[in-house]
Amino acid sequence: MKTFNLPGGAGARSVLLAVGLSALLVACGEAETPQGEFVDINRDPFPSSYTPLPSETVVIVNATILDGKGGRIDGGSVLIEGGKIKAVADIITPPDGARVIDGTGRWVTPGIIDVHSHLGVYASPATQSHSDGNEVGDPVTAGVWAEHSLWPQDPGFGRAAAGGITAMQVLPGSANLVGGRSVTIKNVPGRVAQDMKFPDAPYGMKMACGENPKRVYGGGKNNVLGRPATRMGNVHGYRQAWADAQDYQRRWDKYERDYKAGKDVLPPARDLRMDTLAGVLKGDIKVHMHCYRADDIGTMLDVMKEFNYKIASFQHAVESYKVADKLAENGVCSAMWADWYGFKMEAYDGIRENIPFVHKAGACAIVHSDSASGIQRLNQEAAKALSDGIRAGVDISKAEAWQWLSMNPAKSLGIDSVTGTLEAGKNADVVVWSADPFSVYAKADMTFVDGAVVYDRADKSKQRVADFELGQPGEGDVK
Amino acid sequence: MKMIKTLRTGAAIVLMASTALTAAVSAEDIAVTGATAFTMGGKGKVENATLLMSDGKIVSVKSGGSVPKGYRTVDASGKWVTAGFMVAGSTLGMGEVNLSADNNDARASKAKDTIGLDVRYSLNPANNIIKNTRIEGVTRAVTQFMSTKDNWQGTGAVIQLGGDTADKMIVRNKAFISINMDEGAARSNGGSRSVLWAELIKKLDGAKPKPKSKSKSSDDKKSDKASDKKKTKSAGDKMLAALFAGDTSLMVNAHRASDIRQVIDLKNTYGFKVILTGAREGWIVADALAAADIPVLVNPLDNLPSRFDMLASTSANAARLNAAGVTVAFLPPDTLNARLVVQSAGNAVAMGMPWEAAVDALTVNAAKIFGVSKSYGTLASGMDGDVVVWNGDPLEVMTNADNVFIQGEEIPLVSRQTKLRDRYKEIPRAPAFKK
Repeated sequence: MKTFNLPGGAGARSVLLAVGLSALLVACGEAETPQGEFVDINRDPFPSSYTPLPSETVVIVNATILDGKGGRIDGGSVLIEGGKIKAVADIITPPDGARVIDGTGRWVTPGIIDVHSHLGVYASPATQSHSDGNEVGDPVTAGVWAEHSLWPQDPGFGRAAAGGITAMQVLPGSANLVGGRSVTIKNVPGRVAQDMKFPDAPYGMKMACGENPKRVYGGGKNNVLGRPATRMGNVHGYRQAWADAQDYQRRWDKYERDYKAGKDVLPPARDLRMDTLAGVLKGDIKVHMHCYRADDIGTMLDVMKEFNYKIASFQHAVESYKVADKLAENGVCSAMWADWYGFKMEAYDGIRENIPFVHKAGACAIVHSDSASGIQRLNQEAAKALSDGIRAGVDISKAEAWQWLSMNPAKSLGIDSVTGTLEAGKNADVVVWSADPFSVYAKADMTFVDGAVVYDRADKSKQRVADFELGQPGEGDVK
Repeated sequence: MKMIKTLRTGAAIVLMASTALTAAVSAEDIAVTGATAFTMGGKGKVENATLLMSDGKIVSVKSGGSVPKGYRTVDASGKWVTAGFMVAGSTLGMGEVNLSADNNDARASKAKDTIGLDVRYSLNPANNIIKNTRIEGVTRAVTQFMSTKDNWQGTGAVIQLGGDTADKMIVRNKAFISINMDEGAARSNGGSRSVLWAELIKKLDGAKPKPKSKSKSSDDKKSDKASDKKKTKSAGDKMLAALFAGDTSLMVNAHRASDIRQVIDLKNTYGFKVILTGAREGWIVADALAAADIPVLVNPLDNLPSRFDMLASTSANAARLNAAGVTVAFLPPDTLNARLVVQSAGNAVAMGMPWEAAVDALTVNAAKIFGVSKSYGTLASGMDGDVVVWNGDPLEVMTNADNVFIQGEEIPLVSRQTKLRDRYKEIPRAPAFKK
């Protein structure tokens, strides 16, 4: 076991403290055996190697702007400089040398953030060898990380950029009770997954309620125990995992206490599953929980309280409208489709007003895709949900509805201090739409990540061709 | 719908392209007034239209026309009116929950005769997906099997989504025989395209009507006596005979350009009617498809190289096929989302398909492809009263259907989903008591 210290991180501080303490004790002659090196777990062994692409100073003028917080400016301007949003205002005088983009007839919004994607882990083409999203065999695989499956050459990333997607959370699948760590990435080309990793974004952990785990394991097809086979078996599985993680953390805490007290102690055995689960209990890792039924959601809200962790979001959540008040009370986001429903029993009660009803209850509503196709049109998904909400008497503006696509997703992923809205100082993750993005005919004209153009509908050189697509029929075609 | 046995000259039977005798005699007389009516089929639009329906049929569509006595008026001022839309592929009426429920009849995994399967026995007018679909302005559908043990997928029907019995739903049964000839089909049926195609050709050659032979060779006599005279023909054999007689079509699922070229060859060789479905790389062979008069069913959203036979997928497919003169109709993302075919059509427009062509693809093209254009597909006098009033451009994602008529009857805009919506609009303490 080796120690890798994160410069300036919590680990580094505790090491310094521990070393200083032991030196002091040794100096006082009170320690009988010299201590071994303090073992601290590196929390970031696969650090982001993302660097922003080249960008220029850009002013988009005379556009309809949705700021992502619920505000709207008609005929306004956005200034992008040094990869950041410099200003959002009615009128901005373009600085010398700035590229001026005529926004007449166009709309400008924050980039869309999809909190539920499997791009890269279930890449196109969907060959068996690209099926890298579910580590089936053990219901709790908290030790697997989606980034280790993520193939940056998935052509789906480029398609998503053409749909205005600037960031996304890539998750393991839902076969397991605990599927493993997710990764939040910027939608930029890269050679290795780390090139796409969103710097400083907290990790997420995927969990799954309901039918999928019990279908995968019940009957013994995928493990000898045939467990879990029921919903109550699922809940036993989560709770036992949390109880184990508490125990694991207590051992590490004791190790640290003992070490600081000058004892020559061995660290507990490292368990990669427990590292992740304990990370959740410490608040470093956010739980994103695939959960359809209202009663499953209700159960998990109590499991969350029992073990004192935080569920950042329920994913899919087709019955969130039945418990929207509880979601609001508990401050848990709900990531939903506009209108998918019915493909299994736990999706049977999906309604088209789910998103606006959750919004109306004051809970954090998110439009997500879970689809390599759907991710390309999340603006249309929001439009459908908005329209159905308005028809059901929920008064929501387009500007408010855009929160479902950028600000609320950013909050649930813990990246809202740097992206998700058009505010001075934030990353310039921006989309220029050809028209009102609540129209089926609107296209993303340009997508910016950190001020750099990652898609331009009018410029072939800014339309991605994945390595896989080179030399294939349709290479470089309009997609 | 009936299957009527007719002349048996070495071949077999003929399917009557029957229209169902369904329009309820009691259907109201209805006038839809004030809207812009898109009559479809290259006929343009009628402003401030008065659309009259009587006895389940459209009587007339006239600008500023008067409303005769006894007609109920539906004021559609400022709104848009089209024919009800049609999805060109689904399993509507054949099941609801794909996973973890036992109510799906679209997977006929144990069928022995995989060619002759008839959807009629599986159709359930009370199916909830039908209601969810029709209240969004989709009034017609092709319904068919999803899978069997091999690559033949039975026959399919055109249904209307307002009928209260299977027979009323069916507008034209056995409108096609479905066969899968894509890469997946090759893998699971012989392992290779070379097996898949050889088996198909063998089957078709065996079913091909024999020319009346002047010199009776001993071989012919044998086969005549052995198989033709004595045995009752299977449903599948009857369907293949109908195919050769021109009374039904062969719907072939294929994607790769080279596979599609073989489908074109198939049509040229045998001369029967062929419908191509899937067709991810159809745009590459668009001119040849047009020349061979093969209509194509596509999902306009497909633009990923999802498989190696789909590498050139692009959402410009529909626009390009249409531009080349191919008759195009649309597949929905799936059956539960059959209603989203309208959004898909809007996206086809965003990718360059003319709006009118996209609406034709949702109506008159589908009607022609599946042989129901005499009664459905345009807003013309004598057509079935499948009429939808929209509160805006129907292809727009924020537009809704305000009134839906199927064969002249107004459909209540109610579904299990709308009931759940109404129940939970204000979250109840005791939902089961809230009616």
